[in-house]
Amino acid sequence: MESVLSIMIYVVVALSIMIFSVLAVTTRKILRSATFLLFALFATAAVYFMLGYQFLGGVQIAVYAGGIVVLFVFSILLTSHPGDNSSKLESKKKALGLIGAIAMFIVCAWSLISRCSLLKPLEDMGDAQVPTMHRIGHDLLSSGDNGYLLPFEAISVLLLACIIGGIVVARKK
Amino acid sequence: MEATLPLLILVLPLLMFLFLGLFGKFLSHKWAGIIGTVGMGVTMIIAYYTAYTYFFSGQFVGADGERLQYIVFDQDWLSLWGNLTIKLGFLIDPISALMLVVVTTISFMVHLYSNGYMRDHHGVYETGFQRFYAFLSLFSFSMLGLVVATNIFQMYIFWELVGASSYLLIGFYYTKPSAVSASKKAFIVTRFADLGFLIGILILSFTTETFDFMSLTSSPLPGVENTYYVDAATATTALESAGGQMFLGGSLMTWALVLIFMGGMGKSAMMPLHIWLPDAMEGPTPVSALIHAATMVVAGVYLVARLFPLFMINNAMGGAALDIVTVVGALTAAYAAIVACTQIDIKRVLAFSTISQIAFMMVSLGVSREGMHDNLGYMASMFHLFTHAMFKALLFLGAGALIHAVGSNDYTAMHGLRKHMPITHITFLVGCLAIAGIIPFSGFFSKDEILTACFGNSAVAYVWMSLVAGLTAFYMFRLYYLIFWWKEHNVPQGHHAPKDQPWTMTLPLILLGIVAIFCGFVPFADMVSWNGHAPHHSGINWTVASISLAVAIIAIAIATAMYRKENAMPAKMRSFFPRLWTAAHKRFYFDELYMFITHKIIFDRVCKPIAWFDRHIIDGTMDAFAAITNKASYAIRGLQSGSAQSYVWVYLIGALLLGGGTVAIIFLFF
Amino acid sequence: MDMLDLLNNFQLNSLMFLIPSLFMFCCGVYGFLTRRNMIAMLISLELMLNAVDMNFVVFNRFLCPGQMDGMFFTLFAIAIAAAETAVAIAIIINAYRIAKDIDVKDLTKMKF
Repeated sequence: MESVLSIMIYVVVALSIMIFSVLAVTTRKILRSATFLLFALFATAAVYFMLGYQFLGGVQIAVYAGGIVVLFVFSILLTSHPGDNSSKLESKKKALGLIGAIAMFIVCAWSLISRCSLLKPLEDMGDAQVPTMHRIGHDLLSSGDNGYLLPFEAISVLLLACIIGGIVVARKK
Repeated sequence: MEATLPLLILVLPLLMFLFLGLFGKFLSHKWAGIIGTVGMGVTMIIAYYTAYTYFFSGQFVGADGERLQYIVFDQDWLSLWGNLTIKLGFLIDPISALMLVVVTTISFMVHLYSNGYMRDHHGVYETGFQRFYAFLSLFSFSMLGLVVATNIFQMYIFWELVGASSYLLIGFYYTKPSAVSASKKAFIVTRFADLGFLIGILILSFTTETFDFMSLTSSPLPGVENTYYVDAATATTALESAGGQMFLGGSLMTWALVLIFMGGMGKSAMMPLHIWLPDAMEGPTPVSALIHAATMVVAGVYLVARLFPLFMINNAMGGAALDIVTVVGALTAAYAAIVACTQIDIKRVLAFSTISQIAFMMVSLGVSREGMHDNLGYMASMFHLFTHAMFKALLFLGAGALIHAVGSNDYTAMHGLRKHMPITHITFLVGCLAIAGIIPFSGFFSKDEILTACFGNSAVAYVWMSLVAGLTAFYMFRLYYLIFWWKEHNVPQGHHAPKDQPWTMTLPLILLGIVAIFCGFVPFADMVSWNGHAPHHSGINWTVASISLAVAIIAIAIATAMYRKENAMPAKMRSFFPRLWTAAHKRFYFDELYMFITHKIIFDRVCKPIAWFDRHIIDGTMDAFAAITNKASYAIRGLQSGSAQSYVWVYLIGALLLGGGTVAIIFLFF
Repeated sequence: MDMLDLLNNFQLNSLMFLIPSLFMFCCGVYGFLTRRNMIAMLISLELMLNAVDMNFVVFNRFLCPGQMDGMFFTLFAIAIAAAETAVAIAIIINAYRIAKDIDVKDLTKMKF
């Protein structure tokens, strides 16, 4: 038995994920599209919180919502004039895209539903299982069985390369 | 003997080659010539010293008074499998010491002579003078490396090197098409022969697992010094597998030896691989004297002599290798002598004479048997090699002097030169007398030994070779008379008259003339023999000698009668045997035969179909693959639209098919 | 079965999160296939990526709650997404500078 509150939270989160996703890809104003993306990302962060991954939800908000979307907004402002609508889609293209997406949905949903064993109820995590900051920090910087030191360092190198690459690509000649 | 001095014999010419080849153009012509000549002179002195030490110091004589083979050094160069190792070394035994003397002497004379020859009438040096000396040094190095080779593979390497330097020197006037084609011809023909040589080496080394001459030809004894007496039992054991297997009617050993002899046939211009030597006369005359008369062309004889114990074993086991050597030699000797009677170009006469004389040496080796005077033929062959090198180099250098003075190769442009060029005349006469075999001259002694050896083998060989010897005397004196007598006042008189050449050219003539007179008195039988032991027989067989002397004198008399003064007799003789004369003049159509075989048969019947097959079937298949790929790429290039969304479409459809298919399969079957 | 029963029997299961995530993904697919503005395409791409990230977390949480592998995967994916977006936006700005437009239709030079 879940509390009514948590049911409501789930419904709100699931609905906002779906609605904002649809809106993000259908609105003709690009800045709005970015805003809906932001909301969808917030909803995703809410899912992470619901599932007990507080740190991940924080990262989602900080990096995705706070960083990437801001990047989007900046680049939109740089490359388009406010008030511009993107041109209306051709109905044929739209229909084709819709068919593709629906086919995708059907195939994936079918494969998900046909595997009924996934329908496990959500169990509470024991104390040892909670991904505390201590565990996360320890695992990120350890090199043992559950350690992620190597990908952590690889990511740091990748980010450095991206910073340099972004500057090189985008700067004025 | 220390290794340093003998090593210098090889190193000096090599350094000379590198120095003159790399820095020659920074030197004046004069200095290039002087440096080359002095370098060769030093090499000659060292070689003389080495040979003297070997023969006369008494260090290299075994317990029974036999001469020993001595390896100065033997450096591993390339290890193959097992105990098969290619080495580079320095072997001294009677024949290599002899060859050291011959090669360095002739090479030095030619170096000296070329200082005068390689200029025009005004004393201006020819272009490429330094290059000429560099190549001469390269040749000397290669030839010396060949004669001192300790193993057959080293010999093969240097064998190819002398071939290459011969190619370079024949084609020295590379702007002249005839010289270029002559050099190519020489290279290709000898290469073809060397193919046989290489196969022979491979068979021999495969079955005996050694390249070493010492292991091949002697019973191994502990220590560096070794007799090279053939212990037939040991050597036969080593070669038993080679001797036992048969292939096309010959034992493997016979095949190996015949194939190796084929290499010798190519280098020594034995019929039918002789066709390159007359054309090789396109090279400068000193080159002809050095390479194509005295040294390189006798490499084939040297090779057979080097492996002679193997030939002996083969003969003892019933193999035909020695008989093949004899027959090829005898046929070539007669053939070349007949052709030499009809040539106009004096260098070609000498070239055919060389072929004939080398064939004498071959025959001499071929008739050599253990039973007869302890292989007198072997000694005679080496003796003749020695004397022939001297008098033939003399004749060539004399011919060079004549050509230089007259400006033409044909005797028709000469006649009656004896008063104009007295030194050349006398030395040339000495050379002719030597080759004809008149008594105190060197050729007499060596030819007498050869004929004695033939006499001991079979009457046919003896009569045959005696007749060829008579023919030799005839054509040499024909040449002599046609150059120096026949007709007076044929050449320009007065200021422009031909005259004796500068001292650099006459000095070698005089020196070689003296050598050609007296080198017959060298006690050769005591120094060179097939097994190191001096033969029981030595001295002159006066029966044979007087007969051959008589034959030579009769031949000279005929030549005198025919050619001393201008008369109609030669023309009459010619019209008497018109076919024979034409055939001989055209060298019995060997070149035409080769052209026919290579062009009409090999090119047209074999190579052209192969070329067609290659061009249409093999290339066609490959081209078809390329064309299909090309067509296919053009057909599908529209897919590369550059539009990211269409790529995603393709990807999406693929993913859907794959994912949907997988899910369907799982759903349906599990 | 009234409303209360439904509420009483309600339990969160993995499908409840996977289906919205799948929906989000398909929206991304649709957007990527139909939008012509490159930034809009990039936004669709982010949607897809986000949906996948969510899947990792959901599977991790429901199948092996004690482990943190799915979470770390998502963590790194977010970092990579940030990097990728930065580079992509740099490229888009560059393309805009050249073409004065960021419509993919006009950016088809990269072909044979």
